[in-house]
Amino acid sequence: MTSISNAGIGSTRVALVGNPNTGKSTLFNALAGLSVRTGNYPGVTIEKKIGRCFIPGACVIDLVDLPGTYSLAPRSPDELVAVEVLTDKANREPPVELIICVVNALMLQRNLFLVSQLLELGKPVIVVLNMMDSARSRGVMVDVEKLSESLGVPVVPTSATKREGLDLLRTEIAELLNDSSKKTQRVHILPEAFYDTRDQFRQAIQNKLNDSPESLAANQDSKTKIHGELQDYLNEDYFVERMLLDRGGASELRLVETLGNFGKELLGQWRDTLANRVGDATDMECNARYDWAKQKLSGIVLGGADSGDSLTDRIDSVLTHRIWGMISFILIMFFVFQSIYTVASWPMDQIDAATGYLSELVINQMGPGMLRSLITDGVIAGVGGVLIFLPQIALLFLFLAVLEDCGYIARASFLVDRLMSLFGLSGKSFLPMMSSFACAIPGVMATRVIENRRDRFATIMVAPLMSCSARLPVYLLLISAFIPDDGLLGGWLSLPALVLMSMYAVGVLVAIPVSLILKWTILRGETAPFVLELPEYKVPAARVVLTRVWEASLAFVLRAGTLIFAATILIWFAGYWPGDHTRELEIERSLESAQLTEQESETATQELRAIKTDLLERSLLGKMGHTIEPVVAPLGWDWKIGVGAIASFPAREVIIATLGTIYSLDGDEDEEGLIGAIRSSTHPDGTPVYTVPVALSIMVFFALCAQCVSTLIVIQKETNSWSWPVLSFSYMTILAYLAAMLTFQIGTRFF
Amino acid sequence: MRLVLNSEKGAVNTTLDQLKPGQKAEILHIDGVDGIASRLREMGFVRGELVKFLRTAPFGGPVKCAIHGSRIAVRGGEAQRISVQLLG
Repeated sequence: MTSISNAGIGSTRVALVGNPNTGKSTLFNALAGLSVRTGNYPGVTIEKKIGRCFIPGACVIDLVDLPGTYSLAPRSPDELVAVEVLTDKANREPPVELIICVVNALMLQRNLFLVSQLLELGKPVIVVLNMMDSARSRGVMVDVEKLSESLGVPVVPTSATKREGLDLLRTEIAELLNDSSKKTQRVHILPEAFYDTRDQFRQAIQNKLNDSPESLAANQDSKTKIHGELQDYLNEDYFVERMLLDRGGASELRLVETLGNFGKELLGQWRDTLANRVGDATDMECNARYDWAKQKLSGIVLGGADSGDSLTDRIDSVLTHRIWGMISFILIMFFVFQSIYTVASWPMDQIDAATGYLSELVINQMGPGMLRSLITDGVIAGVGGVLIFLPQIALLFLFLAVLEDCGYIARASFLVDRLMSLFGLSGKSFLPMMSSFACAIPGVMATRVIENRRDRFATIMVAPLMSCSARLPVYLLLISAFIPDDGLLGGWLSLPALVLMSMYAVGVLVAIPVSLILKWTILRGETAPFVLELPEYKVPAARVVLTRVWEASLAFVLRAGTLIFAATILIWFAGYWPGDHTRELEIERSLESAQLTEQESETATQELRAIKTDLLERSLLGKMGHTIEPVVAPLGWDWKIGVGAIASFPAREVIIATLGTIYSLDGDEDEEGLIGAIRSSTHPDGTPVYTVPVALSIMVFFALCAQCVSTLIVIQKETNSWSWPVLSFSYMTILAYLAAMLTFQIGTRFF
Repeated sequence: MRLVLNSEKGAVNTTLDQLKPGQKAEILHIDGVDGIASRLREMGFVRGELVKFLRTAPFGGPVKCAIHGSRIAVRGGEAQRISVQLLG
């Protein structure tokens, strides 16, 4: 145990665990405030969330928020981390001195399942009886003192949303941390025959390890390390128990990794023995734990009859109805997306105006030159181009946080699960996919709600195929330039709208086979169970919602902003260098000095355009464009479009600015000017560059390509590996190229 | 695995997916020993518990039921693995 003296320096680790929907996040936020740091555990994708809290009379504690779980039976490497943290087996993680388990006062019996497993770890446990306010209002009375006596650990009643009971909890934490004699005994909840079998099984492995280390499955070099890891596991009763109990679980995997077939045989043998002694292991475990919970709760919970027609059930009879539910679902989604576009447009215009003003300010303050070009064309245009999406992202997260916290997202997942199974995914993938229509970044971040790793990764891989708001300007530019405004179906549908809708549909239709192929190949495995709890509806907690919005916005600005910033400077540099910009600067200077007549200024502007085009052709970017021309020719593109596509690698909408620059316009001119320029653009032989098939081919390319560095970076962060963003980029680029070629080649047969 | 002993007279043994909205049943057992079966057990689908069928999602989606004072949605295929004895 940590004493006060050293706790002040290193601070004490306290873990926060609990079932989903127990108000654990609210409690975490209430205790930790804004001191929360997030990161990843090495090698896995679960988020590491730590908040620092000051406990009066004791010390500073680092509160680790572990993902909500119903049980401590790890089935994936991700779930294993939570158990490793709790048992001090996690790599480079400080030991956990105390476990706080949050339980929902309304569902005590089921919540005690997790508590029963925590008590077996032999660490001090505090049970936080949360949601006492809603229990009270439902007429459920819990005898807290009796419960504490019955469980043998402190029980603290709280209402995290109302911030009630927090002081009592802090006092209890201080008391437990200061008094090492309160260390909890390991409780035996399962039949004694099970624990005997466990010890015999452990002895059998231990004998094997001691007698013949050469039987280890691994090669000589890593043997010692793996041997040590398994030894570590064997020393922890809980892991040995999980090996016997969880078929195909993460601790079984660890054993088989180390001992190979021998481990498998040994395990099979001892599981048979166990079955002979106590019956089927999982059945035995779950029944024993529920019986234990029932016994512990007898005479402790009073009232709270069948919740047959609570308010939640009445709301649900509409919102999960097969007809009314679907209609309200569509209306809610429509409202969210409509609001994102309409409400966000004002702040977006302001950001746009601010960047314009800023670059004007720089232009007025500085003479023409390389530094000015870097600041205005590179930094301000680049960073401004990213920040402009911040309002949409913040709004989207606001809506998502509200919908999730009030309990609606679970209903939406329930309603669309069947639909999502077309993708080989479950209803839980719906939210990330839907968010990706606004922006793939929050979409990818939202996959954290999917606890199954394979489903989560498949969703991350296909979410960027949904047409995000950054593709919209590209579609709009090309559609308004080349698609005639004809009415279809007697004027009910316009051709441009149909083309726009088709672009959105392309992404969705392609996502189906991609996701299915992923689930059949690299993400193949046991189907994820779709077991979803539909929580009580509640008024969303402002604190939770605003924290979510703040975290998401900050992450977006920090993660994506820094990278886009660097990438834009690179693109700017490639378009600027090498080349002699003296003449360009001379003209710009004379134009800005405003001493010219209208006639002179016209000629100067024209010369400036010619020089700019010439400089661009000679630049690194121009040379690259000419090099790749043969590659993009089958798509119907000329080198300028090719360069545009390369330049838009940081973000799709960059192509508009790039094409603007390329077509000798300065970026500030409106889209009408660019539309005119691309309409009249010709090949050297005089034929027009842009035809309808070319425009369609560009749109299809942008619908499917992965031209968005921020998304790739977020994928890297969320998957904790570089191979996923690389895969994402490669498959999407290949797909985009092939589809664009197909579009052009088929299109030219028709137009 | 699929041996359901029906000791009580007149008791109807069926699976969770076969219930109608509003019907209540007692859980008998869950088929299989895989991760899905364990997850269901952990969520409270254990022998002797009472479950109330609430509704099915559109297009043959998951079924929603009430158990342990909470509302749980499981897919049809998973519900089919939960053997129950119809009550009342």
